[in-house]
Amino acid sequence: MTAPASRRSTGARAWLDAIRRDRKASVGALILVLFALLAVVGPLLVGDPTALVAVPLEPPSSAHWLGTTGQGQDVLAQTVVGTRVSLLIGFAVGIVVVLVGSLVGVTAGYFGGRVDGMLSLLFNVFLVIPGLPLAIVLAAYLPSGPLTVAAVLVFTGWAWNARVVRGQTLSLRRRDFVLASVVSGESSLRIITREILPNMTSLLVAQVIGSSVYAIGALVGLEFLGLGDVSSVTWGTNLYWASNDSALLTGAWWTYVPTGVCVALVGFGLVMLNSGFDEITNPRLQMERAWRAHLAAAGQPASRSTPVVRDG
Amino acid sequence: MRFILQRLGFYLLAAWAALTLNFFLPRLMPGDPATALFARFRGQLRPEAMQALREAFGLTPEPLLGQYITYLGHVLRGDFGVSVAYFPSPVSTIIGTGLLWTMFLAGTAVAVSFVLGTLLGVAAAWWRGGWMDTLLPPALALLGAFPYFWLAMVALYVFGFQLAWFPLGHAYADDLTPGMNLPFLASVLRHAALPVGTVVVATLGGWMLSMRNTMVSVLGSDYVNLARAKGLPPSRVVLRYAARNALLPSVTGFGMALGFVLGGSLLTEIVFSYPGQGYLLLQAVQSQDYPLMQGIFLVITLAVLGANWLVDIAYLWLDPRTREGS
Repeated sequence: MTAPASRRSTGARAWLDAIRRDRKASVGALILVLFALLAVVGPLLVGDPTALVAVPLEPPSSAHWLGTTGQGQDVLAQTVVGTRVSLLIGFAVGIVVVLVGSLVGVTAGYFGGRVDGMLSLLFNVFLVIPGLPLAIVLAAYLPSGPLTVAAVLVFTGWAWNARVVRGQTLSLRRRDFVLASVVSGESSLRIITREILPNMTSLLVAQVIGSSVYAIGALVGLEFLGLGDVSSVTWGTNLYWASNDSALLTGAWWTYVPTGVCVALVGFGLVMLNSGFDEITNPRLQMERAWRAHLAAAGQPASRSTPVVRDG
Repeated sequence: MRFILQRLGFYLLAAWAALTLNFFLPRLMPGDPATALFARFRGQLRPEAMQALREAFGLTPEPLLGQYITYLGHVLRGDFGVSVAYFPSPVSTIIGTGLLWTMFLAGTAVAVSFVLGTLLGVAAAWWRGGWMDTLLPPALALLGAFPYFWLAMVALYVFGFQLAWFPLGHAYADDLTPGMNLPFLASVLRHAALPVGTVVVATLGGWMLSMRNTMVSVLGSDYVNLARAKGLPPSRVVLRYAARNALLPSVTGFGMALGFVLGGSLLTEIVFSYPGQGYLLLQAVQSQDYPLMQGIFLVITLAVLGANWLVDIAYLWLDPRTREGS
């Protein structure tokens, strides 16, 4: 018994084609590719970010394109070098959050009954406890460092994912192809890994993207408070030092604007990619677009009705 | 009624989980408040004092279960222990000074953002394909991608520093005495404008998008078409028929967003040196004041749980289906 997933091509090529066809997704993907390049080759092009190169708090000039920090370091070098660590931790946390959340969610949704009751209670409790204050307390107790921050973010962030995956598992669990696998005596592990999870690929990809947005934002927030390793160069610690060197009161906007713009651009790129994915994987939105284009081509006024999804 | 009690039970359970976590953290983790305080006094304390300090923080040689029961009893009486940074002031006194400010700031921000975002979502769904539907969501998504506290820094620089439209920090002008008089209230509003504004701008997009998406599917449903066919005025169809039902998922999300927004607003407080929990939290982090940190975490958690319960009651009023069961 094979899942219907195998009929559709879900290879990397199909994804790339789909991203190219959607404008939002292309914009998002382009931004992310640029930042990935920046993270990989950027640190080789700029100098040592911790070197004291000029007078403190110098505004942008031809020698230092983004000015200098309150300690006389080059802001451009700091921003570029910070990209690597921040993105690495952000995406790693995004992936681990989805792994942990999916494991809990699939287990709850598939086995149901008491297992579901216990696990659902667990992630619902985690969902209502405010994440950032908890993360702050945890990070303060643990020895500071990138691994600590990553672990804390996974601990406070997995629950939402578990809830989404559980919901999807519940609906897949009742489909004919899963029921047929159960009847034919396949093991639970095989059904989950071969029948259920492949049918959630697009959801899981969207979840990784969403979780990465969360992780990067929360990471920057924790480091801004000084809970990361303040001697390392990351986006969050850049903002921490900008705030500590009273950049706000001296009007040194160049010390915090570049980092914030980078954080926002990455977040925006991820959100755009995600909403693009939504349209790619949601046949209803796809049909709607085709229907609107059809009406416009025929010179008809736009209609509010949702077209019926036809097969093929 | 059963629904409300059921939810209450759940929140009590969540509160207990937070309490238990709070109890075990200092006992399982490498850092502990007594050592932190001992280090603060840099050798002015004799080693014998260490034992007394540990006991002051509830780290007695008693078995864990005994300590746990003592701890629960203390928390129920509103006793969160003593602060390290403000030793020997009790944590509850320190938290009490800033709690109202935080609730005012975060509460106003969430309420304004929810109402405004929801209305924008309704409008975007109604004039689908218009500029509100095509330009606003990506613009708000971009704004929402900035860290709250960073938006706060920029707002402070532009509107406080350069244009001098708003004050640079604090909750009210220093020369005023708090009270129910017009100058004081006006000052509070002026001081809250920037912090509230930045949180609203950062969170607006989420509410708008979720409302817009639900509205689109509700507007296509048969009962809305029937209402329209009956010739009801459009405003009535949109607000009373469609929006009320489309609001349900947003209300469910409201409770969850509350904790998230509160976290962001804590960071915003720091930027504006607003005298709330965020500012205290920063001080607690900087001076390794574990009891204060934990007290803030606990109080914020309890506030969020309570607010969630109120949201559930609102949900009951909005959705008659949940009432039928009782």
